[in-house]
Amino acid sequence: MARVSSLHVNGTKRTVDVDSTVSLLNVLRDNLDLTGTKYGCGEGRCGACTVLMDGQLTRACVTPVARAAGKQITTIEGLAKDGKLTPLQEAFIKAEAMECAFCTSGMIMAASSLLSKNARPSRDEIVSGMNRNICRCGIYNRIIEAIQTASTGDKIAQGS
Amino acid sequence: MIDDPEVKDFIEAERYELFEAPGYNFDFDRRDFLKTFGLGILFIVPVTRALSQQQEESGRGFNNNLPNDIGAWIHIDEKGVVTAFTGKVEFGQNIRTSLTQAVAEELHVPVGSVRIAMGDTDLVPFDMGTFGSRTTPTMAPQLRKAAAAAREMLIAMAAEELKLQPGELRIVDAVFVNHDKSKALTLAEVAKGRKLVKVIPENIAITKAADWTIAGKSLTKVDAGDFVTGNHRYTSDIKREGMLYGKIVRPATFNATLRSANTKAAEAIRGVKVVVDENFIGVTAPDQQTAARAASLVAADWQSKTQSSNAELFNLLRQPALERRGSGGGGGRGLRPQGSIADGLAMADKKLVQTYTVEYIAHAPLEPRAAVAEWNGDRLTVWTGTQRPFGVRGELAEAFHISEDKVRVIVPDTGSGYGGKHTGECAVEAAQLARAAGKPVKLVWSREEEFTWAYFRPAGVIDIKSGVKSDGTITAWEFHNYNSGSAGIQTKYDIPNHDIRFHNSNSPLRQGSYRALAATANHFARESHMDELADAVKMDPLEFRLNNIKDERMRNVLQAAARAFGWGKTQAFGVRRPVGAFNPSPRQAVQPMANHLVNGRGFGLACGFEKGGYVATCAEIAIEKPRRTKSNPTVRIVRVVEAFECGAVVNPLHLKNQIEGAIVQAVGGALFEAIRFANGKILNGRFADYRVPRFGDAPLIEVVLVDRKDLPSAGAGETPIVGLAPAVANAIFNATGTRLRSLPLAPKGISPDSV
Repeated sequence: MARVSSLHVNGTKRTVDVDSTVSLLNVLRDNLDLTGTKYGCGEGRCGACTVLMDGQLTRACVTPVARAAGKQITTIEGLAKDGKLTPLQEAFIKAEAMECAFCTSGMIMAASSLLSKNARPSRDEIVSGMNRNICRCGIYNRIIEAIQTASTGDKIAQGS
Repeated sequence: MIDDPEVKDFIEAERYELFEAPGYNFDFDRRDFLKTFGLGILFIVPVTRALSQQQEESGRGFNNNLPNDIGAWIHIDEKGVVTAFTGKVEFGQNIRTSLTQAVAEELHVPVGSVRIAMGDTDLVPFDMGTFGSRTTPTMAPQLRKAAAAAREMLIAMAAEELKLQPGELRIVDAVFVNHDKSKALTLAEVAKGRKLVKVIPENIAITKAADWTIAGKSLTKVDAGDFVTGNHRYTSDIKREGMLYGKIVRPATFNATLRSANTKAAEAIRGVKVVVDENFIGVTAPDQQTAARAASLVAADWQSKTQSSNAELFNLLRQPALERRGSGGGGGRGLRPQGSIADGLAMADKKLVQTYTVEYIAHAPLEPRAAVAEWNGDRLTVWTGTQRPFGVRGELAEAFHISEDKVRVIVPDTGSGYGGKHTGECAVEAAQLARAAGKPVKLVWSREEEFTWAYFRPAGVIDIKSGVKSDGTITAWEFHNYNSGSAGIQTKYDIPNHDIRFHNSNSPLRQGSYRALAATANHFARESHMDELADAVKMDPLEFRLNNIKDERMRNVLQAAARAFGWGKTQAFGVRRPVGAFNPSPRQAVQPMANHLVNGRGFGLACGFEKGGYVATCAEIAIEKPRRTKSNPTVRIVRVVEAFECGAVVNPLHLKNQIEGAIVQAVGGALFEAIRFANGKILNGRFADYRVPRFGDAPLIEVVLVDRKDLPSAGAGETPIVGLAPAVANAIFNATGTRLRSLPLAPKGISPDSV
């Protein structure tokens, strides 16, 4: 069976040795110990496993690792640089856009993909852009607020 | 009525509704059986179970038999870091933050120097579990007392060291200082990492809510940084040295017994081990994908039996109890009826008899059940996301016939539960696999397994018979709940003649706790019915409620919600009962309704009381054109205003967060969530088939907090969920003239069938 021997994750080349049909999610979590990306459904319906591949929003649970080979993969662990959070991460904290927070990694990755395409999304654009990510705790309005805050930067700039 | 102690017992009973035989009984030891008989106990239960049940009994008072030494609750290390210990667990309700606030406040230390050790059975005092909204009313005061006692003890120690009187010292930001700050000692210098050995004085004073400086304020999640970076380790993220991955082979239907299993093909895979033990089949493998492949290669022959389906559900739940009730109207569990229903009905100008139903729904926590189990000789450690760490410790001890002190359960902060993670199935399975493999094993249930093999919010049928005078006074109230439960069954309406009962049924599906338990079903039925009564006497629903409720706290939230919502004013720009839509004969109303109602708006309200919290919810809904022309018009919840009062507010930010989340979660059960099942199978056990609320379903929400600093704080994780469904049902009636009496209200839009 075909094998995948390396992946580019969060700016670093990582050596692996996995069957090419294994999901990117399992490789990230089990082989590379990048457990910020979550398993929520295994069918690409909840968004807990959202990562970026060459900047594109990708559901890692339904992506065979073969498709990730040679691409730049970004996971939640790759956002903060030298311990400095991104405005989006800061905005999630400030808006208290989490309860159990199991969806948070996927939400932040999906939101960063959305903002990279649309720097100032309206509420409706956020709703349609994020609608495939589930927050079972139901605090969607706070996530929308966090994304809007990060997109305008207003509240962050004024914040502590 | 609710202050009656009898009511309390009646309500308490339901928290433990998931009484059932253990799912597995590995290598059942005959000696246990004999021992049990030898002791003269006539139940055929393993000894460990009997003991653990006794232990649970003793904990029933929630606050009884708690350790009373400071050191069991509070420790201060050499660096001055304060650790508080609690058996409560963090599932997203943000008690890690609120308990931190409580401890920091009493100790007079910064929030940043407090840690909370939660849900580790080797470290924390026994706790029944995290349910029933008990953390705020019981655990927070407990930790406050322990922290206050620790503070007094440390002040005395500091005074001795500084050769001062204790009265000359105070503690400011974790430093003990005298009046002019000429003498000072840090918390670390005083505590020196020693265990605080002293009994918590019974009369130790804790800070009154009016004097709070740390609690009562909005504070973001104390460890939020770990979540936005993906650093927090949930159970499913834990790794142990040499750890294997497990997978369970499940039968296709419930209540199946294993006839035989051919495991050869699975065992031929390198590194795979298959465990077969009575009805248990599981595999272990070096990685998840191999475990999944091996499990799929096990050829198991299960014997099943015919089981019931959705179609006969409500009859199944109600019929046996109806027959037991007989013509006398008795049966079930309830309070002493008051007055006479017959007299109340005789006094009434209008009488109503209605039936309401609720379907089974799934908790669907985003983190499915997970466990990592590790044996060390006969000692077992299990990391798992459960709301009952000590309960699961008991389950494990029982399953493996070892004493509880050999079992350690550790609960990392978990990806939610909503009442759905009281049990330890996954922990037991992981431990069984780990024992067989001789290595640590991680088992994470798939989404389908979580949907199928966990348990559901009980389905139920509610019958109400009532009478009302034309001036709007309710004269009779007969209420029967079949199967869904007794939480929230009591009413704050002042009705002279009432008879309120809960009837057990044999549930065809495994059922258990769900956020607010049956309070959602009972409020849905009661508050829908109140609207029907208001309509019968042509009164405004708000006025009707105020007319029948004396309780000031309930009136306050009702009026606060109505004011913020613009009740009575907003209706002007809505369409109240569009022409042609309302027709007393439903059959004739069906066809014209759909077209007329599109773009119609409706307004509804509901109020309630449960677990010390008062709630009033106003909802505005829109009837919208479906995306596909042949579909039914859909219901969109546009705007919700909810007023909530639970005594003194501990953290306004988190309280609002809980309320907003509860409202959105309630949207699912109100409009579209329902488990479909047939003959022992769940038919919609995936997110593709089971719809949960998404971004597009979230209404605009305004929360009105009524802060009562003069009243003790009650929990708030549950009660805010109960008002939404009836408020929406009432708003749909307001918009369409159609009264929907089944939850979910509009799984396929407003259809002719739903009239």
